[in-house]
Amino acid sequence: MENAVAVRGLGITKTFGDIVALDQVDLNVARGQIHGLVGPNGAGKTTLLGLLLGLAVADSGSLEILGDPVGRALAAPDGVSGFVDGPGLYPTLTAKQNLAALAGLRPRGARIADIDQVLEEVGLATVADDKVRGFSLGMRQRLGLAAALLTRPKLLVLDEPANGLDPSGKKQVHGVLNRLVADGATVILSSHRMDDLEALCSEVTILATGRVVFSGPLNKLSAEDRELDYRLRTSDPEAARAVARETPGVEVIEGSDAVARGDDVLVVRAQVAALDALVAKVVRADIAVRELAPVVSPLEAAFLALTEQPPELQPEQQAEGQPEQQAEGQPERERQAEQQPELQPEPAHNPEHHPEHNPQEAGR
Amino acid sequence: MTATLAEAPASEAAPPVARPVPVGRVLRFELVKQFSAWRVRLLILLCWLGPAVLVFAIDQQSTLPSDTLFGRWMHATGWAGPLVALGFAGTWALPLLTSVVAGDVFASEDRLGTWRHLIIAIRSHRRIFVAKAVASLTVILLLVTGLAVSSIVGGLLAKGNKPLIGLDGHTLSGGDAAGKVVLAWVCVLAPTLALVAIGLLGSIALGRSPMGLLLPMLVALGMQLAQMLPLPVAVRLALPGYAFISWNGLFTDPQQLRPLLIGIVVALVWAVAATVLAYLLFLRRDFTNLTNDGAGRRVVSLGVLPLVGLLAVTTGVVAATSGAGGSGIAQDKVQQSVATAFAHLYRLQEAQMHRPPVTEAQLQAAASCLKTEGHGAQEGAGNDWRCTVTWHVPGVTLTGTSYYQLDVTANGRYIADGDGPQEVNGYFLIATPGGDVPNPLWQFDGNVDLLPTH
Repeated sequence: MENAVAVRGLGITKTFGDIVALDQVDLNVARGQIHGLVGPNGAGKTTLLGLLLGLAVADSGSLEILGDPVGRALAAPDGVSGFVDGPGLYPTLTAKQNLAALAGLRPRGARIADIDQVLEEVGLATVADDKVRGFSLGMRQRLGLAAALLTRPKLLVLDEPANGLDPSGKKQVHGVLNRLVADGATVILSSHRMDDLEALCSEVTILATGRVVFSGPLNKLSAEDRELDYRLRTSDPEAARAVARETPGVEVIEGSDAVARGDDVLVVRAQVAALDALVAKVVRADIAVRELAPVVSPLEAAFLALTEQPPELQPEQQAEGQPEQQAEGQPERERQAEQQPELQPEPAHNPEHHPEHNPQEAGR
Repeated sequence: MTATLAEAPASEAAPPVARPVPVGRVLRFELVKQFSAWRVRLLILLCWLGPAVLVFAIDQQSTLPSDTLFGRWMHATGWAGPLVALGFAGTWALPLLTSVVAGDVFASEDRLGTWRHLIIAIRSHRRIFVAKAVASLTVILLLVTGLAVSSIVGGLLAKGNKPLIGLDGHTLSGGDAAGKVVLAWVCVLAPTLALVAIGLLGSIALGRSPMGLLLPMLVALGMQLAQMLPLPVAVRLALPGYAFISWNGLFTDPQQLRPLLIGIVVALVWAVAATVLAYLLFLRRDFTNLTNDGAGRRVVSLGVLPLVGLLAVTTGVVAATSGAGGSGIAQDKVQQSVATAFAHLYRLQEAQMHRPPVTEAQLQAAASCLKTEGHGAQEGAGNDWRCTVTWHVPGVTLTGTSYYQLDVTANGRYIADGDGPQEVNGYFLIATPGGDVPNPLWQFDGNVDLLPTH
């Protein structure tokens, strides 16, 4: 019978000189799920993903991947694929040539997906014969995903897979990952984008300074009794404000950035129960509720609380593109590419769309 | 707070760590990358077409590059062109090619940020190293072959398969010249390999730093500079680039093979040593740390110091086994070389003028050479050598006398500039029944064997 656990790590420690990158990390990931890895810059996410991919070995602790213990050799178990610090692609080759070259590296008889099919899956079939040199970061991310899919992995390890993706690209990538998991594979991904993690992951592990500060189901994190800030847009903001002030457990936040972006927006801080009561009262007062969304998602709120972000690393800065690999020496090529627009046409911009679906942006 | 899943029993099966990719597949992957780069394609085009066009074009000019070895013979034979190209290649082209190809083969992965991807895909540092080294070597060999074939074709198209005048003035038939030209190109593969290995070492040790890319070029320029300095012969021969010069010895009679063979062996030793050092540095590199794209302090302990040690050891071994000492340019050697070249070229001149042939024994050519008009040590490089050449013509009682001003370089090569009777070596043209032709005795190139000849 196949082991139900895809990854089991116990007391994993990894140091680089005097720097402790991972400190007694425990990690358990069940098969057939998407597991998120979150943490501030320098938390050890990339190091942990590197261990899973066989790029490094732990100094101490034990690690089992797909049921098999990882030894001291620098080699990933079969069935593991993915990338850290961005996909490795060769700009002088076309998308198809990149994948064909990779497929050529597979041992004889190894399972290889059809190149055209994986390109189709990630939405790059139309640019299959274009040189990767002209690809945007988002397209390269998708091609990197296609390269990882080529080996039909049982465990897919991805570092910031949504980096640089436009909404349609993000949707495509989410679809690919969900299909992969539905077929029985396991995905471990790191991301700074809480909306991605909330949309994809059933469980998350939060790392801070090399230690695990939370690991478990996402809903457990969301269900913590914690007051959150919510954007409330109504047909009569002044009347809604008055109702909110009279509702027990609800605090009206004045001067919020979210308020500044619209006259009809009210920001309130409350637990879920108090929020429910507020909505009921507002509706009874014949005030139409047009929008209700957390300013900061539950995951992000938990992330900030658990990792004790210093003021200079508040979500505004993270949302503006400071992924971990930049802090660790991201190549100039990738930094430039991040500024390059996605070549595929952007969908019509909806100013009300992003705050709801990307709480980080809402916090700007 | 750490929440974990329920414990599940671990599989007892043996860990199915994926087998490394066969090195042949990795090599194919590396070659695909190499040949997809526009600069490599451009180099291939230039190396396979450039020399032919250049040699053919020079052959059409009235002025020849007479300051380049064999350049003065480009109008006489098609075999001079590839030797001119070889001299240029050893000085500029081959160091540049090795820099662009071998000096970048590892560093390009740093630049592109693809190391982790490569290691995940191939799962063997050793195979990656072997494939990259072989791939860069393959490209270099293709480029060198292009330079050789192209220059030979260009020369033959321009002037045909005619006899070549050697560095001691003796005449090589077209067939002999062909064999020696090809052999000369094969000989320079040894120092080229040494530069390739140094390129690999620089590419690994210095990562994306431009210094890694430039290392073979800088080392080659450094060696050329050293060859211009009055260094002891043993040091000169212990430099890995000496075979870029010592192929000259193939074109004397008897051939000066010892410096050539020593140069080749030293170059191959350097090639092996630098490759091993590059391999060790590569295996020790930490690919998990993105900020570290080179070997750091190991550059000194595993790169510079061992090669300095190798230079010291090879210098000692060469000095002990070859008997090489001092500058190697002694008065008797200079005299012998000038007299021999004069005798050979005199016979050529006689033939051009349709005079009765004479033998070298009949000529009894001799040279008396003084440096700095006899002041100071009569040895070493310099443009202050002056030779008085005497010879006898059968049936003529007078002894012929003419003079040569010599510019002897530290590597033993010299240019002799004639100063004597106009019909012998005093003018750049001589009158023949077919018209005026370049005078072979007016100026000629020669070579002094730096090693003891007896």
